Amino acid sequence: MTDLAQLESQILADIVAAGDEPALEAVRVAALGKKGSISALLATLGKMSPDERKTQGAAINLAKDKVAQALAERRELLKAAALDARLASETIDVTLPLREAPAEAGRIHPLSQVWDELTAIFADMGFSVAEGPDIETDDYNFTKLNFPIGHPAREMHDTFFFNPKEDGSRMLLRTHTSPVQVRTMLTQKPPIRVICPGRTYRIDSDATHTPQFHQVEGLVVDKASHLGHLKWILHEFCKAFFEVDHINMRFRPSFFPFTEPSLEVDIQCRRDKGEIRFGEGEDWLEILGCGMVHPNVLRACGLDPDVYQGFAWGMGIDRIAMLKYGMSDLRQLFDSDVRWLSHYGFKPLDLPTLAGGLSS
Amino acid sequence: MKFTLSWLKEHLDTDEPLEKLADKLTMIGLEVENIDDKAKALAPFTIARVISAEQHPNADRLRVCMVDTGNGAAPVQVVCGAPNARAGLISVFSAPGTFIPGKNITLGVGTIRGVESRGMLCSAAELEISDDHDGIIELPTDAPVGQAYAEWAGLGDPVIEINLTPNRQDCTGVHGIARDLSAADMGKFIDPAIKPIKGEFPSPVQVTVEDATLCPGFALRLVRGVKNGPSPEWLQKRLASIGLRPINALVDITNFMTFDRARPLHVFDARKVKGNLVVRRACDGETLLALDGRTYTLDSSMCVIADQAGVESLAGIMGGEASGCDENTTDVLIESALWNEINIAQTGRKLGINSDARYRFERGVDPAFMVPGLELATKMVMELCGGAPSENIVVGNRFGDDRVIDFPLTEVKRLAGIEVPLVEMKRILTHLGFMVAGTGPVVKIAVPSWRTDVHGKADIVEEIVRIVGVDKVPETPFDRGEEPRKPVLTTIQLRTRRAKRALAARGMVEAVTWSFISKPAAELFGGGQAELALANPIASDLSDMRPSLLPGLVAAAQANINRGYPDVALFEVGQVFKGDRPEDQFVAASGVRHGFASLEGLGRSWSGSSAADAFDAKADAFAVLAAAGAPMQALQIVPGGPAWLHPGRSGTIQIGPQNVLGHFGELHPRALEALGADGPMIAFEVILDRVPEAKRKPTRAKPALELSAFQPVSRDFAFIVDRSVKAGDIVRAALAVDKKLITDVTVFDVYEGKGMEDGKKSIAIAVTIQPREKTLTDQEIDAVAGKIVAEVTRKTGGTLRG
Repeated sequence: MTDLAQLESQILADIVAAGDEPALEAVRVAALGKKGSISALLATLGKMSPDERKTQGAAINLAKDKVAQALAERRELLKAAALDARLASETIDVTLPLREAPAEAGRIHPLSQVWDELTAIFADMGFSVAEGPDIETDDYNFTKLNFPIGHPAREMHDTFFFNPKEDGSRMLLRTHTSPVQVRTMLTQKPPIRVICPGRTYRIDSDATHTPQFHQVEGLVVDKASHLGHLKWILHEFCKAFFEVDHINMRFRPSFFPFTEPSLEVDIQCRRDKGEIRFGEGEDWLEILGCGMVHPNVLRACGLDPDVYQGFAWGMGIDRIAMLKYGMSDLRQLFDSDVRWLSHYGFKPLDLPTLAGGLSS
Repeated sequence: MKFTLSWLKEHLDTDEPLEKLADKLTMIGLEVENIDDKAKALAPFTIARVISAEQHPNADRLRVCMVDTGNGAAPVQVVCGAPNARAGLISVFSAPGTFIPGKNITLGVGTIRGVESRGMLCSAAELEISDDHDGIIELPTDAPVGQAYAEWAGLGDPVIEINLTPNRQDCTGVHGIARDLSAADMGKFIDPAIKPIKGEFPSPVQVTVEDATLCPGFALRLVRGVKNGPSPEWLQKRLASIGLRPINALVDITNFMTFDRARPLHVFDARKVKGNLVVRRACDGETLLALDGRTYTLDSSMCVIADQAGVESLAGIMGGEASGCDENTTDVLIESALWNEINIAQTGRKLGINSDARYRFERGVDPAFMVPGLELATKMVMELCGGAPSENIVVGNRFGDDRVIDFPLTEVKRLAGIEVPLVEMKRILTHLGFMVAGTGPVVKIAVPSWRTDVHGKADIVEEIVRIVGVDKVPETPFDRGEEPRKPVLTTIQLRTRRAKRALAARGMVEAVTWSFISKPAAELFGGGQAELALANPIASDLSDMRPSLLPGLVAAAQANINRGYPDVALFEVGQVFKGDRPEDQFVAASGVRHGFASLEGLGRSWSGSSAADAFDAKADAFAVLAAAGAPMQALQIVPGGPAWLHPGRSGTIQIGPQNVLGHFGELHPRALEALGADGPMIAFEVILDRVPEAKRKPTRAKPALELSAFQPVSRDFAFIVDRSVKAGDIVRAALAVDKKLITDVTVFDVYEGKGMEDGKKSIAIAVTIQPREKTLTDQEIDAVAGKIVAEVTRKTGGTLRG
């Protein structure tokens, strides 16, 4: 074996023996560095004869290439091994639990959700949303709505009143959202198409009544709208709201001071182990009251009942929310119990739309 | 209003089945609330005879009975625990498979203490016909074994209960209900004319009515020489069937007239009445021992019937004990009167009396029936008790207003959307007692005296539509009109819904709390004004309209803490009240956080747990403002806030001192203590109405975007400043140096403590410099940096940290 061959095999052996990148670098420097063994051999070429240089030069360069290639291969190997070793030491416990994202933990109250559902349905039918103050006058809450003097609703045991003012008048907490209808008729010219959702108050407190509750009323006033339209709107609404293809409804004559004729509306349902299904079954469930706006109400709001006509309806938002989403106790809606709210509430991104489904 | 089927058939000649009548009642506006059809519920219960009753071999209290169920069937073995089970007893038997209403079970074949039992002998309570459960029913020995018990016992008359609307006083009597049903084609109305009964002598008792507004009419008649006692069985049964207790014939007649004819009457024992009668206001403090056995103290708002001895009857509500009729009564005064509806209602409410008379008089009885009602009652008294009638005394006799309505026939189609032929309209109205004259296009309609609820055209439309059937009105698609499809929500409505979603997306849970809070809580938050205090609160802690959502939210958070959920983040968006005018009502968005309820998440976590602090509240407030469309760049943060916030850990958000949008921070420990809550708790409140309305742009397009081609440069600076210096001022000073070049200033470190001089702190900012036209040279960047240092130093007195 020539010196060159011996040197080459020695270096290749050193490369294989190098256990890590610094050791390999030392081998490289010893062989190919400025003062390396192969570099030193190359330096001797200058003193050789051209022929000798030709043969020796080729041989040394061949050895150099071989060493360089071995170095590169070994370096790759060592680098990969080092990375593997590092990664092997970097394990985490992926079973550590995540925290619930805020958008997953937050909740929209069922009343707000249903409020948005109502808006989506009625906006599609061309209704806008009107609101009014909770603190009302007797005139707007009762008189203009054709409640006779002495009507029981005007008594202290049914309605929340404030203390009388110096002129003897007294404000009250509205007992329905109908004063919003009055305000709308007094300020807007027909055609009027509004829904009036809002908070209402009555002196009542038991399992099915709370002193505050929520209503949504609808009002249409123009020169042509009649009971047939009212029936159609409410039927469309019930199908959309309860998200069923068919729903049987029963319209019964009834009485309210502010409508004539007046109707109460039942929907067909089936009660089964605490669950209510709509659009099937044998039971009737009363859900709303409605009727043609009473001529006295139109007159009180400055509209001629021989020219204008219309209808109105009203229902409890709390009630329809409870029916739809299976909540059993009205009082819990106002209890702010986070366990209840987390269960019956809605996620912030559950936006009710007609396109995507009200409760998706 | 309750009545039985057989009672109805006294006024309506009909063969319609009960179900059909009931459905029709509901569909014409007389909503059937309940039908108690004992014949149906008790059909499987039969009359049976106990053949033998032997002691049970294994139980002292039980007997083994052999029972003859009739119809030739083999005797049945029944184990019975009733003490009265004995041989020869006729009782009521139910076979296995029968539903027992009083126990809410379906009977099966059972083995009781080793002895088989194939049925049950029943108590009255088990059949729900009385509360008697002392033993099994004992029937007379001639009761027919094998026959259905309910039928034999006369329980076969179904009781119908209707939920009467307050306008239909005419249907507080069976007669009126029958009239409605006849109009709805359910049979023929039985309405014989009432013949006056000639008086045999002048009435010895005279009547004076002092106030005709309280008593528009009063009729009286004496029947002399009556024999009072238990009323006949048919009358007793009729009253008992609807839950009324038979008393004596005279009293039963008044109760019968009340339910039969919607005509409440009163009977006085004439021998107990001293002198003449006067209808007058009560004197303050006068008392009356009424027929319900209670003594009522009256006042001058109430109307009474009095004699020389004093008050004898509470007008239209309840009679007095002193002049009441009993079995010794021989001369009876029958009163039929009209009373002021409002006064009756007020008196009844004031005294807490809910009588059948009040129920009718406060709705307004048929004024024209006052005298005929008296005639009918006289006839009944004479038939049941004998006696000789006096002439009638009638003071004021109002037949009701003559109401004639000009009714255009098109009105039905106009309001109800249904075509009804004139013949049908006339048929319906005539059956209901209206008189129709003319053939159109406008007819004259006279309203019967008993329909005090009918005044105008719309009422007539209702009469026609309810009898034709609302279900016959065709549903008509509602044209949404020419209006373009555009958003229908107002600005405040949009802000409200966005604020809710924004806060929920921050992990908060929406609460809905009461609009009224306690007065101290209201005062704590700037409320409690006299005009916002309820005159009749439902509870003392629900007495004042809330000036802020926070008292309710704090209480709600505390309730959750008490339930064992200390890490709680609640929000509410709702109305708050600063006064009683519409413009004093605002929409607030508020939230509270307690415990480990920061934005990172609820509860403790291995990845770090942070308690909610004032900056969470600040971030919540800003999230709401951004969602509500507030001009975020224009918002100013001023340290401190209202008294309910921690003075050093709170801030006010405003656009100039005149427009305060809200507050945030840690709640003041004293406020928490007053609200009974555990601190620390952080809170914010923003008034959504105060956010300035954004200018509406003509198009929806966003402004053009300018993207610089040059890399931004970031430079860090740390300043040592007095502790009182606000970071916001440093940021603003740095930003003001070059509004074009400096695009962002962030605070990345705040330090005070060890190594820092007392009363000093270090604030480190990172300034982003965005070249616009060319890359900046080092000199140019240094020049900007120098200006920043100089400006911050000038504004805050700080020095660059070495």
